[in-house]
Amino acid sequence: MESTSNRSQRPPKILITKIGLDGHDRGSRVIATQLRDAGMEVVYTGPWQEILAVVKLALEEDVDVIGISALATDHLLVPKLMDALRSADLAHVRVVVGGIVPPEDESALLMAGVSKVFHPGSSRDEIVSDMNRLASEARSR
Amino acid sequence: MSTGSNSEATTDLTARLLRGEPAALARAITEVENETTEMSAILRATQPRLGKATIVGFTGAPGAGKSTLISAYIKVLRARDKTVGVVTVDPSSPFSRGAILGDRIRMAEHTTDLGVFVRSVAARGHLGGISRTTARIVDIFDAVGKDVVIVETVGAGQSEVAVAEIADIKVVVCAPGLGDDVQAIKAGLLEIADILVVNKHDLPSADTTIRSLKAMLDLRNNNRDAVQVLATVATTGVGVNELAETIESKCTMHRPTRSPRTRIRRVLAGIAGQIVETHLQDTDDSAIDAVCDAVQRGDLSFESAAQRLLAERLGR
Repeated sequence: MESTSNRSQRPPKILITKIGLDGHDRGSRVIATQLRDAGMEVVYTGPWQEILAVVKLALEEDVDVIGISALATDHLLVPKLMDALRSADLAHVRVVVGGIVPPEDESALLMAGVSKVFHPGSSRDEIVSDMNRLASEARSR
Repeated sequence: MSTGSNSEATTDLTARLLRGEPAALARAITEVENETTEMSAILRATQPRLGKATIVGFTGAPGAGKSTLISAYIKVLRARDKTVGVVTVDPSSPFSRGAILGDRIRMAEHTTDLGVFVRSVAARGHLGGISRTTARIVDIFDAVGKDVVIVETVGAGQSEVAVAEIADIKVVVCAPGLGDDVQAIKAGLLEIADILVVNKHDLPSADTTIRSLKAMLDLRNNNRDAVQVLATVATTGVGVNELAETIESKCTMHRPTRSPRTRIRRVLAGIAGQIVETHLQDTDDSAIDAVCDAVQRGDLSFESAAQRLLAERLGR
């Protein structure tokens, strides 16, 4: 008699947050809501998080994917976040960035370990399916 | 992939958990929250270490200020060098089963404090204001030596009183100006309170709310002295020291003895119920089908059918 569920059956756990000084959080709320509607459990923080706070939060919540919403150059802080995650032994956590990221910056983010950059016009289905895939990747650490 | 067959990994996780490593704590909570195969070993290893933490439950209507008040309370606890674990529960969507876990927003001032560990969980359809595994997550915080474990329920209506089974001290947070809503929550929530807090005391109608709560307590003759009504403004910290004092003195004066047997029985009942449910709903078994048919024909009552299945199908 099997009373326990398989780890892969649990809903993806996602952190949606913003680092840096930009306070435009509407986009992050829209995404958080859409992921909720796609059956995910979304920890939502609102803007102005410190990098170390995001790392501690990701650790405590044991999230699979971190989504950073960046509309005003805050994506430039993401490589620092990637370093901090690695130092905290959280390299398995997948990181995506969504918002305004100039094409010339995208490769630098991917080089730093970001799994995916979502630009304006990304469809809901694309985002949901990528998040599902990344969550199960993170979980098979 | 860590699966149940990987018992070495589980032993390692348990060892790291008992050493107090935050990453292991986070991971162990995940295993328990999702009732994975690793859960058994984790619960077994933690059982002998339980019973040291003070467990404080915060409940109340959505928007009453529970998260903000908890954050202010944590600040007082940290000033006294207490370590804190928090389990905060938000509702799951009945449609998508997804959830927005947003209580941490109000606890932002503790996000870099290593003495505070916050875990947000979704209720996942469980009724009673907490998730099915909340009690077990609380136990893990207790086992790793947190001085105080705080449970925040979902925004509660009338009957979300399950936190009463877990917490040593139950704080019911009320917002002023709800008028009839105060009446409405009378029957369930207010009864479990050890402390009633009227938060947002800077609002004009707060004193009216305090008066009506005190009047309600006057009508009770059993434990009127035991329940205190406090006023706070969580956003500025007004009244929060007094709240912390009251929680502490209630704990030292008459801390309800949490018998391990009672706690273990509760967990056992939950797990046994789940085993039965899984078996009866999901097992392909012609004998169960036969009993169902007998019930449908009216030959067998639900009660006798259940008894028979328990004895015959699950008693082996």
